[in-house]
This record gives sequence, structure tokens and C-alpha cells, in this order.
Amino acid sequence: MANTAAPLSFQDMILTLHSFWSARGCLILQPYDMRMGAGTFHPATTLRALGPEPWNAAYVQPSRRPTDGRYGENPNRLQHYYQYQVILKPNPPNLQELYLESLVAIGIDPLAHDIRFVEDDWESPTLGAWGLGWEVWCDGMEVTQLTYFQQVGGYDCKPVAGELTYGLERLAMYLQRKDRYHDLAFNSPDSPLGAASYGDVFLANEQQMSKYNFEIADTDALFAGFKAAEAECMRCLDADIPLAAYDQAIEASHLFNLLQARGVISVQERASYIGRVRDLAKGSCEKWIAVNSDRWAAEYDGWSA
Amino acid sequence: MADFLLELRCEEVPARMQAGARADLERLFRAELSAAGVTPGAITVWSTPRRLALIARDFPTQTQAVSEETKGPPLGASDQALEGFLRKVGLTKDQLQVRDLKGKGTYFAVVEKPGRAVNEVLAEAIPAIIRAFPWPKSMRWGAASLSTESLRWVRPLSSIIAILGEDLIECEIERIHSGYATMGHRFHHPGEITIGSAHDYADKLRACHVLVDHEERQDLIRERARAAASAAGLTLVEDEGLVIENAGLTEWPVPLLGRFDEAFLDVPPEVIQLTARVNQKYFVCEDAAGKLANAFVCTANIEAVDGGEAIVAGNRKVLAARLSDARFFWEQDLKTPLAQQAKKLERITFHEKLGTVADKVERVAKLAEWLASEGIVPNCDPALARQAAELCKADLVTEMVGEFPELQGLMGGYYARAEGLDPQVADAIRDHYKPVGQGDDVPTAPVTVAVSLADKLDTIGVFFAIDEKPTGSKDPFALRRSALGAISLILQNGLRFNFPFAFIIPLIDVGLAIAAADVKASYGGALKGLGSLSTTLDKFESAIESIRVEIEPALRLRADDVKANAIKQVSQISEFFADRLKVQQRDAGVRYDIIDSVEDNDLVRLLARVHALQAFIASPDGANLLAGYKRAANILKKEQFEPGAANPSPEPAEKALIDALALAGPKAGSAVGAEDFAGAMAALASLRGPIDAFFESVTVNDADPAKRAARLELLDAFRRAVHNVADFSKIEG
Repeated sequence: MANTAAPLSFQDMILTLHSFWSARGCLILQPYDMRMGAGTFHPATTLRALGPEPWNAAYVQPSRRPTDGRYGENPNRLQHYYQYQVILKPNPPNLQELYLESLVAIGIDPLAHDIRFVEDDWESPTLGAWGLGWEVWCDGMEVTQLTYFQQVGGYDCKPVAGELTYGLERLAMYLQRKDRYHDLAFNSPDSPLGAASYGDVFLANEQQMSKYNFEIADTDALFAGFKAAEAECMRCLDADIPLAAYDQAIEASHLFNLLQARGVISVQERASYIGRVRDLAKGSCEKWIAVNSDRWAAEYDGWSA
Repeated sequence: MADFLLELRCEEVPARMQAGARADLERLFRAELSAAGVTPGAITVWSTPRRLALIARDFPTQTQAVSEETKGPPLGASDQALEGFLRKVGLTKDQLQVRDLKGKGTYFAVVEKPGRAVNEVLAEAIPAIIRAFPWPKSMRWGAASLSTESLRWVRPLSSIIAILGEDLIECEIERIHSGYATMGHRFHHPGEITIGSAHDYADKLRACHVLVDHEERQDLIRERARAAASAAGLTLVEDEGLVIENAGLTEWPVPLLGRFDEAFLDVPPEVIQLTARVNQKYFVCEDAAGKLANAFVCTANIEAVDGGEAIVAGNRKVLAARLSDARFFWEQDLKTPLAQQAKKLERITFHEKLGTVADKVERVAKLAEWLASEGIVPNCDPALARQAAELCKADLVTEMVGEFPELQGLMGGYYARAEGLDPQVADAIRDHYKPVGQGDDVPTAPVTVAVSLADKLDTIGVFFAIDEKPTGSKDPFALRRSALGAISLILQNGLRFNFPFAFIIPLIDVGLAIAAADVKASYGGALKGLGSLSTTLDKFESAIESIRVEIEPALRLRADDVKANAIKQVSQISEFFADRLKVQQRDAGVRYDIIDSVEDNDLVRLLARVHALQAFIASPDGANLLAGYKRAANILKKEQFEPGAANPSPEPAEKALIDALALAGPKAGSAVGAEDFAGAMAALASLRGPIDAFFESVTVNDADPAKRAARLELLDAFRRAVHNVADFSKIEG
């Protein structure tokens, strides 16, 4: 891959990753149309990581972390940002090498930049999931999380999936040598219809959504929404539709994050809310396995949850 | 004889696990081989993030022949017994030998195991070692992980080299076959390389940008990081932990120096150092005046094409972002006075039975104030002690301590100073966790001493109150450490007080709070409208009065319980402290039995007595007196005697002892009273001659019962005189 003189724009970086992973056999999916804290929440990762069937997919997922909002004033922190997510099940033996090739593809020369795999085990209490792996450092900056999923929803991953989560804004700031996300080139500077920066596209979002998350969101409505999602999730589980149930788990998780940003959940309550979200996610995983396990056991001799 | 090389290459092994992995590899290797009758000689184990390597020099190519003997049943034993034995050893009857064992013919099975080729042994041992590897955390991976039975390892295992001499040891685990190939540096030499033997292993890797010897990488990082700092006119702040960690993160370490914006130096230096170390694994530097400089040293894993310029620029940017965060926390925290932060402690549970951290803080404040106002901590202003205690935990809710818990105390001190609080208060907040372990500085500033001691006494007292005492190896609330800290504070500062009594305050406070909560729960209806029941005694009394009719009996009962329990706990805490004191004084050479022999609820005085006594016991006078005491005590133990009996016509030695006691007894007692322990010992020493002479020439067990009784009484008087100083029966020797 050519290391072009002009660094890739934000959108070209995404397009490059899409074509890179597409060429290596991944389905290129679109973002999930729900508010979620990380690309891992996408059912293409959470649910598809379970069961024996091979699954290889890549997608961009907008990720919302209400408490990280800084009203657009912090050069590095956003309440809404993009993750590039790759899930490969079972993980290929050359997962690290594939990943490093993708860095070269977007313009990082590993003999000019110091790339390191630093221990970072991943755990999501709300998904009942954990894995071992690394955060990948590029010149001391964490640009990607690489994880071998061991459990999801409390179930062993059989087989193990490899997950790559690229922090797109960080990588772009790095590639484009920018100190503030505002200044990132969103598209190419010589775009026929004019250049746009990341700030042009998202600064107002950051300002308004930070205000909403911290000050405006109606906490009574959020509490009610949480309860409603919880109840709806249960109804879906009873109806044996785990995909629909899981949507409600995603919803509850985001509402909980908003309630935290509003500062209305005490330290003691926090653990209990996380437990409730985990129960929804685990319930969805359990049902996902239940509705599929006969077929899986038939197609993969001796497979069992 | 040949040299053996084993390399286990895998994806990046966490730096913190590499030292343990090296030790485990050698241990497992030795264990596997010695079970097969091979004793390896010198073994070298190396590690990088991507490989574990073991070289065993002068390795035999053949195992030793072993003869295994097993004793069987005696001749004439039942057929059943014999058959069982034959099954066990796998032989037939005619293969057994019969030997004479204590005059009895006995079957013996002798199995000769011939020497085996060592390559067979190794081929079995290598997979066994890999499977048995005790990683702190391990995982499954790849297609094989369709089953949970697949191999678990720290990260995916990629290849195995096993060469004895120049011959491949063929083995296989999880579809990985041993071979001669490994990989060089990930980026400098991405292709495979072929190893010929243990001899060329390190050199071939070096040629491919891998320094396989971790110690060589550590030395290199140490030297080059130092050199980078001094080239910039600075001094590296040495950090051995960072040296080892960076050596565990690199195969070809290259330390590089970078600068950060000087404006960040407004943030406390400890914060900068911690951010750089914990988050980025950078060293920091000091200028000639010993002040933190705006420089860092990172350790890259490549010889960069541009000499490291881009790497330094990238790292500088990351550190700047980290320091911006730290400065943001610092500035945010400065906006909120500590007193206001302390209010948030009401929301943090200290322990489910013991209320919130705010409750703890209030108890500590009360105790610290008491220690000051009673003069127990001399020259300590009670108001400052209270203020410092009230604020000492406030930094727990600050952004900075939330991010870096290890900065607790320190940050509180900075914030207190920035707020313009009394420097004594700021210092007390900063240092009140001290001393943390043996060897840590023991505070001496009065306000700090009061807060630190109160904090520790409170922790010990309240956990004893709810029966959460340390047992065996379990000490979940680190009460032993708190007790050692309290003892150091008391002894180092010469704090004179009846220390068990100090526990009454937290014990009663917590006891009443728990009782009040219980009663409130049981009598919720009666208490409605009264507001919360206070935990202080005076308010507690008035609350009792106002709801007397409803719940007075229950409360009285509980208050009595609280009192009784507090008294019981105080004596248990005293014993607990005595044990801790023995541990603490062991290194100073103070004998535990001498500590046991002296009873004193003033720790400072207790230790002074112990010191004097130990010196005395070591002297000839003391040793003889102790022998005399033991002899007297033995006689008294065996014989009955009537107290108060006197011999109207004592023998000379008897008379001498009576006279000596009449002098020495009161003298020892009053010397102890006056804390003249040398004097007390001298008084005891004056008894040595008379007691020796008494035993020499006087028969205690005289035929005349009156004389016998009087002499026993005399020995008891001697014992009582000695007990003025210490209970010699507890002293060994």
C-alpha cells in the first residue's frame, strides 16, 4: 500500500478500511441504527460472537458516551465519536499481521512509528463479556483495542472471535497531525464541493448534545424509559425473539448512561443498574443461543453452549 | 553431551508476567526432566514480549538407567494380596525376587528401566510443560477453540523451536509442530529465520533486531535513558520498575527524550510523574536544582528511519493530552473547597455496618480533637486537629484522586494549601495515612500525629466493634497494618496515655449508631417525626427521654450492651496490640516473652520497662535472679502455704532475705512508679545475693510446719517483690 504524501481525510480513511477488510473477506455492514456506547454493542458483534458459525464483518459504529461530553471544548474528548469495528470468528492465526497491514494501508509506516501491543484485557460488565488482548499503541497513543473474546453474555465463545476496535478520530488526528479533533479534514481539501472539517460537521452536535446530556434530559422520562425497555425486553424474550429483546437491552444501556451523565444515580445504585442491564443482555444472549442451538448442534458435530 | 534450546514464540506476553514466566519455565523443565531421570545442568531462561527461550547446557543425550524396587507381601500371604501386587507392578510371580526382611521371606519386584534417548523424553516433556504453564490469566483462540478443551495459554502460541545439539526434537501441540524457524523483529525483520542450535540462537536473533536476553535490554534502557537525559543537561529520575516494564515491551529498545510544554509544570510534580509513568511508561527528568523538568524519556521498539523524530512528536502529543486532562482535574478540583468536597463523603459507604465515610470522618475528628485537648498529643491545637480530620478524606471525591487513587492524601494537602488553610492542617491531610509500612516515615508534626493516630485507632476500634477482627492470614481491612502504624506513632512521638481507653470513643460511637439504627428499624413508628436519632451521647440521652415511653426499655438494654461490648472489645484490642508490638519490636531484637511479662496500658512506658528488663535479664544478676525466681515459683506451685505466716527465729540467710525484701520490695515498686526502671532493676539486683544464699543454706521444707509455712511465705513475698517489676513467670530461660 502506498504511503501517500497527503494524509487520508477522515472519510477516505474509512473508505480505505472498508476496502481493506472487504478484500479480506469481511461483510461490510452499516452502523446499527440505535444509540450505543461502543461498536461491541452492535448485534453483529455481541450476538454473532456466540455460536459456532464463522462470521467476519466490519462496520463503523457511532458511539455515544454522554459523560465524556465537554461541550466541544476539549480537544480530545467527544460524547459522540466513531469506532471502526472488525469481528473475525474464529480469529485467523494472522490476526495481528492483518491488523498491521491495515495500518500500513491507511498510511502508517511501522518503521517510522512505534507500534506496540500493550496488555489490556477487556471486560464489559453490562454485556457479561470479557476477553484478553492489547491496546495497540502508536507512538504512545492508544489507537486500537484488539481482543480475543472469551465470553459474551456469560457464555464461552466457541470458537473465539477476534475483535478489532479502531478509534477513528484518534487515528485521524494522528495521521493528519492535528491536535484537536475540530481541525480534522473530514473530506479531501480539494473536494469539488469544498473542504469540510470535523468541527464543521460535528461541533454544534457536541455543544448541543453535551448540554442535553448533562442539563436537559428529562430524568423522569429516562427512568420511565429504562423501565419500559426492561419490560419490553422481557416480553420479547418470552416471545422467543432475541434480536428484538437485545435492541431493548441496548436502549436500556444508553438510558442508564444518560442517567449517569445527569448525575442522578448514586454509587450504590450504579451497580444495581449495571446488573439490570447485564440481565437484559445476558437474557438476550441466552435466548439467541436457545433459538439457534439445535441447528448449530446439527451442523457442528457435538457443539453445545 | 549437547546443548538444548527451547523457544516458545507467542503473541505479545504482558510485560508484568514475563519474570514469573521465566521462573515457571525453568521450574517445569527441571521437574519434567528429573521425573524422567535427567538432571539438567546450567539453565538460562530469556524472555521478550514475543518469546520465552530456555537453553540447557551440557545436556546428556541418554537418561540414566533406573532400577525401581517395590516391596510386596510376605511369603505365604493370601493369593489375593499377591495378585494385587503383581497387577500393580505389572510382573508375573516368577519375575519376583524373594528377600529376607526382618527374618521373614518377602516378595520384591525389581524393575530395571534402561536409559532412554533424551530426545524422546524432551518430546514428551515439551507439550507437558506447555499444558502445565501456570499463567495468571489464560485464553483460548482460533479454530480449535470450537471446543473449550482447546489449549489455554497467555496469548496465542505461534511456534516452537526445540533443538538438542543440532537435532530437532519433534513434538506437536495443538497442531503446532516443532521446527527450526522463528521470527525476528516484527518490523525490522518480518520474515522467518532459521536457527541451527542453542549456540547461534541469540546471535541470529540479534542480527534480526531482537535482543533476546531481557537483562541486556534492561541494561541498555538504563544506560541510554540516563544518557539521553544527561545529553539534555538533565538527570533521569531512576525507576527500576519502568526499566523492567519497558524491557518487557520491546525486543529492540531505543530510549528517546522529548519535551513537554513548560506550562504543565504548574500541576504538582507527583501528578506529572505518575501520569507519565502509569499511563505512558515514560521516565521523567530533573534539572540541576532537583526540580522536575519538562522532559520525558520514552522507549521505542524500533530504530526509526528518521532517528525517532516522528515517534517523539507523537509521544509528546499524547503526553500533552494526558497532562491537559490532569491540569483540567487540578483546576476543577481547585474550584471546590475541601469542606464542600467533604460533604460528598456522606454518599460513600465506608462499610455496610459502619455507615458512610462521612460518619468515619466525624468519629476521627472527635478522637483527634480529644487526643489534642487531653494533651496526649502535646502542643497540638484541638481545633486544628478537628479541622484537619474533618478534611482529611475530602480528596477521595476529587477528580484527581478519582483518576489516580495513589495520590490520596497528597492531593488533599495540595488543595488545602491552595485554599490557604493553616499549613499544619495541609500537612496533616497530606501525611495522615502515614506510616504505611515498616520503614515509612513516621509523622511527628502534632496535628498530623493526632489525625493519623485517630484515623488508625478508629479503624481498629470500629471493626472490632462489629467483630471483623483479623484471623490467621485474613485481614481484609488491614487492621494489623493500622495497629503497626498506631504503635509507631505512639512510640516515636512518646505519646503517654492509657491507649486501650482511647478505643472507648469509637467503640461507643459505633455501638450506639448501630443500636440506634436497629431500634429505629424496630420502632420506626414510634420514632416518626422525631428526626434521626443522634449518635452523640448527650443528644442520645435527650432522644431517649422524648420517646421514653415507647422504646426506653429496648434502648436501655442496647445501651448497656454497647457499654459491655465496648469493655470486652477494649481488652481484645489490648491483646491484639500486644501481639503487633511483638512483631514490630522483633526486628529491634526485643524479646516477645519479655513484652509478655510486663503489663502496662501506656505503650511508651511499657517499652521502657521492657528495655530495662531485657538488659537486666541479660546481666549475670538478672539471670541468677530469674533462676532464683523460677525456683521459688516451682516450690510455691508444689506446696500449700498459709499467707501471713512468719518465722520468729529465722536463720541468718533467711533473715538476710527478709531484710533485703523489706528494702528492695518498696524500692522496686516506687522506682517503677517514678519510671526509674534502672532503679527498679537495681533494687531487684540487690535480691540476687540473698535469694542465692537462702537457697544455698536454708531448707524450705523444714520438718517444723511453722517454719516451712513461714519460708513459703517468704518465697511468696520475694515473688511479689519481683512482680512489682514484671511477671517473671512469663520470661523464658
